[in-house]
Amino acid sequence: MPMSSLLEFQNITKKFGDMTVVDNVSFSINNGEFFSLLGPSGCGKTTLLRIAAGLESPDSGRVILNGQDITDLPPNRRPVNTVFQNYALFPHLSVWDNIAFGLKVKKRSSQVIDQEVGKMLQLIQMEEHAHKKPSQISGGQKQRVAIARALVNHPDLLLLDEPLSALDLKLRQKMLMEIDLIHDEVGIIFLFVTHDQTEAMAVSDRIAVMHHGKVEQIGTPMELYEAPKSSFVAAFIGDTNFLDGKVTERISDEYSLLDIDGLSQPIRCYNDKKIRIGELIHTSIRPEKMHITRKKPKETSEINLFEGTVEDIIYKGDHTKYWVRVDDLRLAIMKPNSRFILDRTEITWGEKVWVWWHEDDSYMLERYSETDTNMTELPSEAIGEVEEHE
Amino acid sequence: MTTAPSLIWLILFFLVPTLIVYLFSFRPSEIYGGIGEGWTLDTIKSLMKTSNVIIIFRTFILSLIATAICLVISLPTGYALSKLRGRWQQLLLLLLILPFWSSFIVRVYAWKFLLHPEGFVKQILVSLHLVSPDAILLYQPWTVILVMVYNFIPFAVLPIYAASEKFDDHLFEAAMDLGMTPLKAFFKVFIPGIRMGILMATLLVFVPALGSYVIPDVIGGPQTEMIGNKIVLKTFTERNIPLASALSAFLSLAVLIPMLIGAIAQSRIGKSHSIKGGH
Repeated sequence: MPMSSLLEFQNITKKFGDMTVVDNVSFSINNGEFFSLLGPSGCGKTTLLRIAAGLESPDSGRVILNGQDITDLPPNRRPVNTVFQNYALFPHLSVWDNIAFGLKVKKRSSQVIDQEVGKMLQLIQMEEHAHKKPSQISGGQKQRVAIARALVNHPDLLLLDEPLSALDLKLRQKMLMEIDLIHDEVGIIFLFVTHDQTEAMAVSDRIAVMHHGKVEQIGTPMELYEAPKSSFVAAFIGDTNFLDGKVTERISDEYSLLDIDGLSQPIRCYNDKKIRIGELIHTSIRPEKMHITRKKPKETSEINLFEGTVEDIIYKGDHTKYWVRVDDLRLAIMKPNSRFILDRTEITWGEKVWVWWHEDDSYMLERYSETDTNMTELPSEAIGEVEEHE
Repeated sequence: MTTAPSLIWLILFFLVPTLIVYLFSFRPSEIYGGIGEGWTLDTIKSLMKTSNVIIIFRTFILSLIATAICLVISLPTGYALSKLRGRWQQLLLLLLILPFWSSFIVRVYAWKFLLHPEGFVKQILVSLHLVSPDAILLYQPWTVILVMVYNFIPFAVLPIYAASEKFDDHLFEAAMDLGMTPLKAFFKVFIPGIRMGILMATLLVFVPALGSYVIPDVIGGPQTEMIGNKIVLKTFTERNIPLASALSAFLSLAVLIPMLIGAIAQSRIGKSHSIKGGH
């Protein structure tokens, strides 16, 4: 039996005034999946989550959960619970009463409530804080209470709306792992909304990258990183070198020769999309796929080899990042520091170096048209340079 | 040190006069209106006389009803005001406080003209066949309540508006997300969420309502006499200063005790807030 598709968005459109916030979005999430909606602010990801929660109703389209159309159900009648961005814990109720809230509304017996709340307090390791008010606990603890308050109702779907945005970096990473563990424990769909690509990459089974109300690409973190379908996805997920160019020659079924603006010689590039000769394209090469050496490597037909000058270096311990001037371009290259030899002098500023990458590691993407407003979404330095995500 | 001037001011012009009033309640009254020598509990005891008890009871009932009506009106009003944005909100808030730009006495007298047998409100109600032509609108207990509500409603709306403005709407959404109907969420989440605003509104209406004098005097009749009117009567007409003092003392304690309870409640909430420290 194929895995049943549990949550389905069918042609969802939502407008606020003239703004189309969610634009004809359709996709489905499988049973038990940890699924992330990733995108910059204003991309429609939160609106889509609120549509799933019932807090917003779509202008058109349906939401199907477990085969049931829940589009017109009010939030209080959906088997869905939400972890809100700022937790939205009831300030006048204790931790215990906050967690018991949903069960009390459903008029469960006090015995059941005691038992279920106790289980949740244990899951989030907050038994000794049960009597405290939300104002008396820390941000991370509030976060856990918000998750427990939602999960105690045994929803079919848990929605998490930027749940980590109010925490500091260290706590964010810790909570992310906790959320992942809780997901493994309860095994229901988690729909996680975030603008932070590292968060989404770390925990998601699949990610939908959203941009201007549309889903740009859905895939596993690895698919999105290694095979982005658009320049937007390539730039949003991880760092990359964007080179502008034109397809000039077909070498074989899978490889083409590209003329790159600012490079003196053509490069070889994987062309699985069969982009035709003469088309203007972007090509994306991840910094870690590029190599930097003093010695000229053995020239083979499969590599693109250039000579350049080191302009900038950032030493990061586990790796070093180099910015190398090659002809008219500045390329970002990441060199893993896998060996440390005390008396070896590392490549340094102003040195002449060889830069090379395998033809399979440059990835062809569509070129923005001049009028495309998407253009402005990319940081200007991302073209021919690198976007730094920290 | 910086609080010294205000402390001296309060002691001189609030505490000392109040204590003098309390003291006078224990003095005997003289037939010609003076305050006698020695001490007595007779005046305090005379508060228990039926005629006084009726007035005390009436004062509390009228004030409670006025407060309750003010709360019922100001809860949806204050909430709606907090949801409005920009121009409309400013305009309505301005309209709410606009009456304060004219004298309180003038506004109370305005009601006398409106409700007068020849007045505007009476004429309209008669022409709509809602009241008979010889009905008397003035001098009734409900007339006094109506004018009290009119006069005190901004004091109820403003704190509730302020509390609603601070209320996190996500709590509403969270309540519905956890299975509550919107109506139930209003009572179980919104009302507890703005409870300090409701407490403030209650105090700001109930306390001055208890001390009402002008409204029952101008709008009311013999059936609406309140403690305030009685004090004036005892002081200026009957010249029984000790009894007037006893009534005043009773009223001021009836006002101070709820205020004190409010202050304690507030300091408790303040404490629980201070624990979260850095936030």
